[in-house]
Amino acid sequence: MRWQREATGTRVRLRRLAATAILLITGCNRHQSALAPFGAEADDTLSLTIVLASGAAVIALGVVLLVWNASRAREHALSESGGLRLVLWAGAIFPTVVLTVLLLFALPAMRPLPESDADLRIQVEGEQFWWRVRYAPPGAAPLMAANEVRVPVGRTVVFELTATDVIHSFWIPGLAGKMDMIPGRTNQLVVRATKPGTFRGVCTEFCGLSHALMAFDVIAMEPAAFDAWLAEARRTERASSGRGAQAFDRRGCGACHAIAGTPHHAVIGPDLTHYSERLTLGAGILEPTVANTAAFIRDPSAFKPGARMPAYAAMPQAEAEAIARYLKGAP
Amino acid sequence: MKDERPRTKERVKVTLWTLIVPPTTWAAHFLFSYLWAAISCAKVGKFATFPTLFVVGTVIALIVIAASGWIAWRQSRVPGDAPPHQDSTDVDRLRFLAVSTMLLAGLSFVAVIYTALPVVFIGNCR
Repeated sequence: MRWQREATGTRVRLRRLAATAILLITGCNRHQSALAPFGAEADDTLSLTIVLASGAAVIALGVVLLVWNASRAREHALSESGGLRLVLWAGAIFPTVVLTVLLLFALPAMRPLPESDADLRIQVEGEQFWWRVRYAPPGAAPLMAANEVRVPVGRTVVFELTATDVIHSFWIPGLAGKMDMIPGRTNQLVVRATKPGTFRGVCTEFCGLSHALMAFDVIAMEPAAFDAWLAEARRTERASSGRGAQAFDRRGCGACHAIAGTPHHAVIGPDLTHYSERLTLGAGILEPTVANTAAFIRDPSAFKPGARMPAYAAMPQAEAEAIARYLKGAP
Repeated sequence: MKDERPRTKERVKVTLWTLIVPPTTWAAHFLFSYLWAAISCAKVGKFATFPTLFVVGTVIALIVIAASGWIAWRQSRVPGDAPPHQDSTDVDRLRFLAVSTMLLAGLSFVAVIYTALPVVFIGNCR
């Protein structure tokens, strides 16, 4: 029967629609989304998006109604001069007015937040495929870190962004818009976090094989907690004795990595002083367990294709685990 | 003795040259905006409180576009037959050029304002 076939066809279509919707919904989250803002600029962007989307929906509905009305009109009911008038008003004057209003509404939101010399500066350098982070608080010693950015809630923070090898792009969707990191140039991004929490940022400019694996954790902290953390982190010194520390030394890890309190001050790879506090391993891609850390040391390219760190396949598992435990904070 | 020469506003006529004045002015203003922002930010290092040169440039561009729009508007009112004006006659050519110039002037006028607004609102060299 024909109606049965039609009903089956509708059901198949609905099922396909539901499957697509479910696939898309899996992308929803609160830690890396411009729809779940935790910063002043991202708040503005979200309200602009809502206004634009609703306005576009209303206009689309209006156009559909006009087409429906025109297609159902009796013959000779519509005149050519009426049509031309419609084109003039709905096709030229109305869009001009709407675009002017939108421009006036959107432009103030594009203005960078005001900043001063008294604001905390965080210098972030993009490298294949990780982030070098340097906190430069006004009137205090800087702090080196990597692959994690902490910001105090309610205070203005100036990110100074650059790159060493290729162009990267720095984007924390919940905090602010993206900003390119260009070798030889420093771009400024002024942000202000509005609520505490743990979020995620990503590289948004294709930068090589592991571009999609270049992310970082963002921790927005209450100002007092941030100050305490910064002071404590600046004091952190790691022991240079013990099995793991000796293996780190012997294997030449210090040729690329720095650990405060030890003779290792190299700046080629990520600073590992605060590795034990990090929420992820390998710039936002793995849980930083001892097992994962050891596996990463022995074969970084297995997790990050194109990573500059060489493989240590000949290193015994026990030694890799000793280094991992040392990095995780064991003496 | 009465002056036989026609008055200025009766002497001006839209031509192909008048037609390209509004979009050319728009293009020139667009280039001027970028050059002005780049040079003043590079030389001064910060944004001027009141960008006098930019405002003067924008006003000149708007006056030039409005003037060609006004000429075109006058010419489009020359009495003649009903549309469409698509024959190869002097009157039809004049009316076609006049209406086209008028539409281009409208578009260019709005475009120059849209180009100028970000300067007024963003006011920042970053």
